[in-house]
Amino acid sequence: MKAAPFTYHRPGKLEEALDILSRVAGQDGRIIAGGQSLVPMMALRLAQPAHLVDINEIASLRGTGVERQTLVIRALARHADFHQPALTGPLGPLLATVAQNIAHYPIRQRGTFCGSLAHADPASEWCLAAVTLGGTVIARRRGGAREIPAGEFIQGPLTTTLEPDEMISAVHLPVPDQTGRFGFYEFNRRAGDFAPAMSLVTFTVQDETVTQVRLGVGGAEETPRRLSQVEEALNNKPLTDAQIRMASELAASLITPLEDALIPQDYRRQIVKTAVRRALEAAQGSRHGQ
Amino acid sequence: MDSKIALRLDINSRDYHVNVEARQTLADVIREECGLTGTRVGCEHGVCGSCTIVVDGAPVRACLMFAPQAEGKKIRTIEGMAEGDDLHPIQRAFSDNHALQCGFCTPGFIMLIAAWLEQNPAPADGEITGMLSANLCRCTGYRNIFRAVKQIVAELG
Repeated sequence: MKAAPFTYHRPGKLEEALDILSRVAGQDGRIIAGGQSLVPMMALRLAQPAHLVDINEIASLRGTGVERQTLVIRALARHADFHQPALTGPLGPLLATVAQNIAHYPIRQRGTFCGSLAHADPASEWCLAAVTLGGTVIARRRGGAREIPAGEFIQGPLTTTLEPDEMISAVHLPVPDQTGRFGFYEFNRRAGDFAPAMSLVTFTVQDETVTQVRLGVGGAEETPRRLSQVEEALNNKPLTDAQIRMASELAASLITPLEDALIPQDYRRQIVKTAVRRALEAAQGSRHGQ
Repeated sequence: MDSKIALRLDINSRDYHVNVEARQTLADVIREECGLTGTRVGCEHGVCGSCTIVVDGAPVRACLMFAPQAEGKKIRTIEGMAEGDDLHPIQRAFSDNHALQCGFCTPGFIMLIAAWLEQNPAPADGEITGMLSANLCRCTGYRNIFRAVKQIVAELG
C-alpha cells in the first residue's frame, strides 16, 4: 500500500459520476478509468487525490461505435478494444497498429484511449493519433458538455484544457475515406517503453499523387503535433523515395526536441527523421499500410 | 477518509470477505488479507509484472487496481492453477524447460501466459516475445520461458 488515503466512489451512471465530480473537484477529486498512469503516480505520491470517482461500472461508457462518419470512442474503451479492427476501412487497422505499440499486453487490458488523452503524456500514441486524425474531445460536466479539437485540448506535458469538474466522456475521430492509406512507426529501445519519437501519416492517392496528407510526430516534443509544412511539401505530388527523404529531413529540422539524460536533442532529431521516413514508407508500401 | 470498506472477492471460485481501505491495492489485499502469497509484489507501480493476475479473463497488474475495484469480478491467481498435486500444463512446461530459477517472477508469468493463450491460441514467435516483454525476469533470461510457451502451444495445437 503506497497511495495516500482517498475516498472511493463507484457510481453506476454517468450523471451520478458528474454529480460527485462537481462536489469533489475542488478537493483534487479525480476520475479513474484504467488507472494505468494514475495509480503509478499515486503509488509514487506524485498524485494524492482526496477522492477517486471510479467510472468502470458505467455501462454506457464502454466500447466504441460508429455514428454517421464518426468513430465514437467512449471513456471506457480500452487499448485492447483496438487489438482487432474496431471498424471496417483503413481506420480500424490503423488504430490496431497503433495499439500494438502501447505499453504491454496487460496494461492494454485496463488502460483507456480517453484516459491517455486526459493524462497527455508527450509519448502517448493515442494523443498523437487524436491530433493527427483531427479528433474531438467531448468534455462533460454536470449539466453541460463542450467539444474541443484534440490539438487544442493538449497544452503541454500532462497538461490539458480539461477543467477539474469535467471528464472526457468520449473522443470522436472522423472516419477517413475508404481508399485512405496510413503508416505508423515508433522507435523504442525496449518494447513497451515511452517512445523517444513516433510518426503517424495518412493520405489518399489520386492519379499517382498523394492528397489530404496528415503527418504527425509524437514523443519528440512537449506535445504531439501535425507538421503542416511537411504536409504541404508532400501534397499533390507523387510520393517518390526522394520526396520521402525530403519530408523526413524537413520534419527533423522543424521540431524542438525534448532532451533527457539518455537522448540528447540531436539524437532525438535523428530518430524523428527515421520515424517519419519509415511511417511514410509503410504508408507507401501497402494499401492499408502495415 | 480512512474508513474501511467491506468487500467480497471471488478468488479462484472461493469467496473472501475482507475489510480494507480503498487505497489498498488488489495485490496487497490478495496477499495480506486473503493469505494468497503466490501473487508477488515487486515494483508496485506497474512495471515489473510480478503481480500479474487474471481478472474477468484478462491479465492485469494487481498493483494497479485498488481492491474495491475488483468486487464482483472473477479473480484467478497462481493458487488456482494446479489441481492438487497435478501441475497446470503451463507450470509443467516451465519445469520441463527450466523456465524459472529463483521463482519470484514465475506466478506473474504463468498468469500472463494463461490468460494470453486464451485469446491467442496459435501465436507466431514474434507475438510470444511481444507478450513476454510485459514481465521482468532477472535470473533465467527469457529464452527458456519462450521455450516453455512454445511447448504449451504445441501441446494445445
